Amino acid sequence: MATASTLRTSIRPENVSNGQAGERAVGLRLEGIEKTFGANRVLRGIDLEVPAGQFLAIVGKSGCGKSTLLRILMGLDSHTDGSLSFHSADGTETTPNGRIVFQEPRLLPWFDVADNVAVGLGEGVPVADGRAKARVALNEVQLTEKAKEWPSRLSGGQRQRVALARALVSKPNFLALDEPLGALDALTRISMQQLMSRVWREQGFTAVLVTHDVSEAVHLADRVIVLEEGRISKDMAVPHPHPRKRGSAELSEIEGELLAAILGSQSF
Amino acid sequence: MTTIDTYEGPAIGAERRTKPASIRLPAFEPRNLLPYAVPAAVILIWQFLCSAGWISARVMPSPADVVVAFWETSRTGQLPHDIAVSAGRAFAGLLVGGSIGFLLGIANGVSKLSEQLTDTTLQMVRTVPHLAMIPLVILWFGIGEESKLFLTSLGVLFPVYLNTYHGVRNVDRDLIEMGRVYGMGNWSLFRKVIFPGALPSIFIGLRYALGIMWLTLIVSESIAASSGIGYMANTAREFMMIDVVVLSLVIYALLGKLADVVARFLERKALSWNPAYQK
Repeated sequence: MATASTLRTSIRPENVSNGQAGERAVGLRLEGIEKTFGANRVLRGIDLEVPAGQFLAIVGKSGCGKSTLLRILMGLDSHTDGSLSFHSADGTETTPNGRIVFQEPRLLPWFDVADNVAVGLGEGVPVADGRAKARVALNEVQLTEKAKEWPSRLSGGQRQRVALARALVSKPNFLALDEPLGALDALTRISMQQLMSRVWREQGFTAVLVTHDVSEAVHLADRVIVLEEGRISKDMAVPHPHPRKRGSAELSEIEGELLAAILGSQSF
Repeated sequence: MTTIDTYEGPAIGAERRTKPASIRLPAFEPRNLLPYAVPAAVILIWQFLCSAGWISARVMPSPADVVVAFWETSRTGQLPHDIAVSAGRAFAGLLVGGSIGFLLGIANGVSKLSEQLTDTTLQMVRTVPHLAMIPLVILWFGIGEESKLFLTSLGVLFPVYLNTYHGVRNVDRDLIEMGRVYGMGNWSLFRKVIFPGALPSIFIGLRYALGIMWLTLIVSESIAASSGIGYMANTAREFMMIDVVVLSLVIYALLGKLADVVARFLERKALSWNPAYQK
């Protein structure tokens, strides 16, 4: 494997040929990632290896640096020190076709749903072509019938599904999820989790989910890391097959262990 | 969620899309006449007071006299000509001043350098009442078309500039970040995110500018013109034709209302995505 270069990798959307989903996924390698805002050290040496196709969840208290880490992965923020690289399944270094879903849907209110999804295709796609691809992606999230609707007419959950379709329409090999379900109600959140889990299994991209909801992390991810004061304090595999059953004993046990790790030093 | 949800069922969206885009007059409904009840009542009372002799014809002509004046001036072709001249001036001023204001607003909203170069200057010039420049403008341009074009352009420029600038600066930063991370270039970002985001504010500037446009035109036509509605009113004053003077005011009111109706129509069309403009 090539050693990680100090090159700052920013993520630019690219047209990806329709290969087998699993083979397209990219892996991530982070070495000594540091981030300081003024005197505040938000990230203190993050070393992390994410194999291609893994679903990784990052949990931690607010202000632990998890969102900053995700933004660095997406090239939205720069890191102060350390190196970040992406590699394809065979180990060669590559530029990922990465997409992000934010906590807010961030849909363009003046575009209808299909045009909003087509935004995810990037530049230079003919309108008709874009809308056709958008319909396919909307079908993924079961919103085809809303293609011509204004975003303002949709419910919160529907808007977030449109945002997910926009992220998926270009067939990304890396998907960043920045607390995408944080603003949704509990029932909508459960159905969105099932949707995300299904899409990930079908398309086989590498996913990094930032969340404050430990049960969500355990339900979706292959591996959960706990971030505490800018460092990885726990790294745990969740070796259970997908799709997972809610409330199973093994998952609850892992959830409990993670919660203890996050809240550990606190007494109630 | 701050949006007001007025969605009542799937039929709304389907109906909106299948409607032909042609301009249709609203269906007649007695309720639609309500906004005109007050003006109609005022005219009736006015006519009554004049007919009863309580208002001297030298102070205020009766509505009937104004209608006669309208008929007379239309017959001679003076009124249509003057309306065309005034409307042409108004439109030219709006086009020139509006374009300059729009371009400066966009440039200063998007570029820090441009903003630092020109914003302070524009804010200083803005504080000078543009009508105070009439003596200077007459010295420069005489009473030709240039003076009216200059003054209306100047009057229209600032509301368009301020609101365009404000609109661009207030486009949701999150949407711009989304556009960037989804690979939009500068032009694409402007076309798909910044301009549509600034549009509601730009329309406010436009409607405000329309008011200033008529105001400037009335004043400058009264003082420095040899044609147009303002000129017609001023000449009528010299001959004590009070009915024509009042007719000019009515024409201004109608033209102003017409311009506002057109602006509202464009606004409704362009901002149909906005819940505030959905019926």
